[in-house]
Amino acid sequence: MIKLKNVSYKVMDKETGKEKYIVKDLSLDFPKNKFTIITGHNGSGKSTLIKLIMGVIQTTSGEILLGEKKINSLSVDERANLGITIAFQQPVKFKGLTVRDLLNLASKSTTNIPDACEFLAKVGLCAKDYVDRELDDRLSGGELKRIELAIALAKGGDVLLFDEPEAGIDLWSFDSLVDIFKKLKNKTIIIVSHQKKLIDSADYILLLDSTNDAIIGKKKEMLPLLNSPKCRKLGGLIND
Amino acid sequence: MTRLTQIDKDLLKQVADMHSVPQGSFNIRKNGQSVDRKSDDEVTILPKKDKRGIDIIIKEGVKNKSVHIPVIITVGDFSDLVYNDFYVGKGAEVFIVAGCGIHNPSDKKSEHDGIHTFHLEENCKVKYIEKHLGIGNNQGEKILNPTTEIYMKNGSEFEMETIQLGGVSYSDRKTKAYLDDDTKLIIKEKILTSEKQVAKTVFNVILKGKNSSVEVISRSVAKDNSKQKFVSNIKGENECFGHVECDGIILDKAQIESIPKIVAKNINATLIHEAAIGKIAGDQIVKLQTLGLSEEEAQAQIIKGFLK
Repeated sequence: MIKLKNVSYKVMDKETGKEKYIVKDLSLDFPKNKFTIITGHNGSGKSTLIKLIMGVIQTTSGEILLGEKKINSLSVDERANLGITIAFQQPVKFKGLTVRDLLNLASKSTTNIPDACEFLAKVGLCAKDYVDRELDDRLSGGELKRIELAIALAKGGDVLLFDEPEAGIDLWSFDSLVDIFKKLKNKTIIIVSHQKKLIDSADYILLLDSTNDAIIGKKKEMLPLLNSPKCRKLGGLIND
Repeated sequence: MTRLTQIDKDLLKQVADMHSVPQGSFNIRKNGQSVDRKSDDEVTILPKKDKRGIDIIIKEGVKNKSVHIPVIITVGDFSDLVYNDFYVGKGAEVFIVAGCGIHNPSDKKSEHDGIHTFHLEENCKVKYIEKHLGIGNNQGEKILNPTTEIYMKNGSEFEMETIQLGGVSYSDRKTKAYLDDDTKLIIKEKILTSEKQVAKTVFNVILKGKNSSVEVISRSVAKDNSKQKFVSNIKGENECFGHVECDGIILDKAQIESIPKIVAKNINATLIHEAAIGKIAGDQIVKLQTLGLSEEEAQAQIIKGFLK
């Protein structure tokens, strides 16, 4: 569904003054309508990869395809309108815009309380307490994160990208978070995560490391690899 | 409102949310003349005898009353200076809507200078909204200089929303307030400027009384080559609380200047000033783009929310 062909992304390293590859010559295929987890140690380029797919940052070289369509040169909104959706690791705050405003923009409709309830309830929030709240500093990190997920669910699409959706979500809400992804049928879901429970729910696992030896495979083939000494050295997994 | 044209009605709708004849007392001023007025025993509106303007007398203890006193100007080469004085009786609770809309079809300037003075007796509560708007594509400037003076006796509360919707070539708004014991003043200001427009706003608040408090929240957006200047001067002379928050978004070649001044004259005075000016954060635009909005649409939504 989402295919990368020899994708590279490099930046200027401020300390050394030299160019540095964050992603180098990466080719892979995210299977259609499957749930893929991207995991790997810090700095291996996981977030960079999904930002490249969304178009938030631009590839230095290589191609990204959605089905058969090259999307490299498309803007973020053009990609969004083709059905790619992202929930960021760090939710963005807005002075003045409310949860309802964002849900309306995401779903391209006017959100009434029952509609908002549907999306906010999925992430464990009560709609009437939140729809008219502004997305500003008065919301906690965990609340903002849940709202970020609700907005992504309200927008929908065929390809859903989530960057560490578990970050900031308390552990006792975690199981219901996993359920959200399990219930998303006929979608290509790509999630950056280290959480074992999320990994256990996945169909495919993409393991990245900083040498960009990316390996993608079915979960049962990949799990032994994640438990290998090399992977443990890279940071391993968080079990619960 | 039979004497009103469609343009008049549109202006009244925008500056005073008036879709029809309002409930309660009202006075509509058009091109320097009072064209319609309604007054009752509880809220009496009387023309001034010594100068242009009206006195609005709100009886002691009245509740849930509204007063609309919008001003519209639909001609060019016109200047109107008017004094409106509000006397709000003890314990009264009232909602006041003012505002001025100028539709200037000419190449010469139209100007309205409204001097509003509020005398609040003990324990009364006032909510006051004023909106300002300029329309007209010709060269004629639309100038609005509102002055608001608020005298607050013990236990009174005043909440003011002042909104400049756009199209105003030049505005110089002055707000002064004097607060006695246990008073509460909230001012929310929103200003949008574009093209070569200039907007100045100056707040002078004196917290004289014990447990007096003021909160000023100013949000402004300056586009194109427009310029805005925000000055606030809060003096705490007693055990009191003052908080000023000035947030500005600049686009294109616009400028915003913010000058804060807080003066504490009492050890128990707590005064805070926060100010931030900058362009729209890039991550906000990107977030809305990820929902399918173009960069321009994203920018418009962010501004709309910010000034809501």
